[in-house]
Amino acid sequence: MLEFALDARRGHFCLQAKGRFSSEWTVVFGPSGSGKSTLLRLLAGLDPPSQGKVVFDGETWTDTAQDIYRKPGRRGVALVAQQPALFPHMSVAANVGYGLAGLDRKERTARVSEMLTLVEAASFAHRGPRELSGGEAQRVALARALAISPRLLLLDEPFSALDGAASDALLSRLQSWLGERRVQTVLVTHDATDAYASGAEVAQLHEGKIAAVGPAASVLSIERRRILDRLGDS
Amino acid sequence: MDWQALTLTLRLASITTVILLMLSVPLAALLVLGRSRWLAFLEAIATLPLVLPPTVLGFFLLVLLGPRTAIGRAIIVLLGHPLAFSFSGLVVGSIVYSLPFAVQPLVAGFGAVDMALVDAARLLGAGPARVVFTLFIPLAKRSLLAAGILTFLHTVGEFGVVLMLGGDIPGSTRTLSILLYNQVENFDYAAAARTAAILLTLSIAALAAIYIGSRSRGGRRA
Repeated sequence: MLEFALDARRGHFCLQAKGRFSSEWTVVFGPSGSGKSTLLRLLAGLDPPSQGKVVFDGETWTDTAQDIYRKPGRRGVALVAQQPALFPHMSVAANVGYGLAGLDRKERTARVSEMLTLVEAASFAHRGPRELSGGEAQRVALARALAISPRLLLLDEPFSALDGAASDALLSRLQSWLGERRVQTVLVTHDATDAYASGAEVAQLHEGKIAAVGPAASVLSIERRRILDRLGDS
Repeated sequence: MDWQALTLTLRLASITTVILLMLSVPLAALLVLGRSRWLAFLEAIATLPLVLPPTVLGFFLLVLLGPRTAIGRAIIVLLGHPLAFSFSGLVVGSIVYSLPFAVQPLVAGFGAVDMALVDAARLLGAGPARVVFTLFIPLAKRSLLAAGILTFLHTVGEFGVVLMLGGDIPGSTRTLSILLYNQVENFDYAAAARTAAILLTLSIAALAAIYIGSRSRGGRRA
């Protein structure tokens, strides 16, 4: 269960998001500039909020009132962004193993190969990030984030460079992997069809505020009508 | 040819470069990664020796390290002699004098590393030291090389600080630039020309090393 009440200011943009995500898979839907990425960075602890708190499964991660701030690396949180941000001077395998410094060599190798198999990247484990396509790089970034066995996974449109079929196949493998390990996932997207496809709890973010939370069918009914109208017109 | 002055100068420059790089890497990383507004003052102080006349800097250090201040008296008690007019004093002076030449290229190099990589490392549990060793240093190798070479050259050529702080003691504080000054004062232009030629050669060779290093990696914009 992820609970948060966050205030943050970035230039003229003001985020005032409050919510409670209890289902295993939550999709935050909102247009560009609605504050989706900002929200994920605050949840992960990469940026501090002006004020507010983040509580995950009863553990306080951020609380400005009590001056609590847990470092991102100690939250058990993984964030995969649209930009894969692979370490350019390390091989794919070294990238995936970066967060496993605490494990011994044998365990680390085993975990890295498990992750690479999950995202179907084992065949290019020894390549450098510069030799990868956009989609391949995104899959490696996902493997790197999951390698640390996070309890909360934050996805910021991470499949944008994958084509539709590949993205669907990966998504279903990912969902079953996460389900087995009971990893709570929050995915943000500006694409209403993504939000629909997963059939999960949907939160709608509008101008920095969470406007509605609920099943996709009710939260996105207006979006759905808009898309259907458009399809009907053409 | 004064071998003593040459070896003294090279020894001073090498020791200064090694110590200064060890100090500047964490300092530059702090300036790049830190969020505190006090860091602006820290950066200003670290840049100050760039604009301050070397004689002014030498004078402050002379007073600070001498018996008039508590720091100076503590050093005298610890070492048994004042730092001023000794080789160790010159090392301290050179470190302060060359600080911006080490810190500036490192701040530029570390600052050019994509912050998304730093965020990714932080999420994977890396603390600042691991970020420095696994990301900043390998990705900003050229800046590290530039910082080392600039510090070395700047120390080789330093004059005002050495004169104020070190005096002119053969084998202890008489560096090449002081030697050159003495030779000109004595109208020994032939010897002065040789000393100047050594300083010029050192500078050109070291700068060429930086540019050869950057060109061999596929041009300057690579």
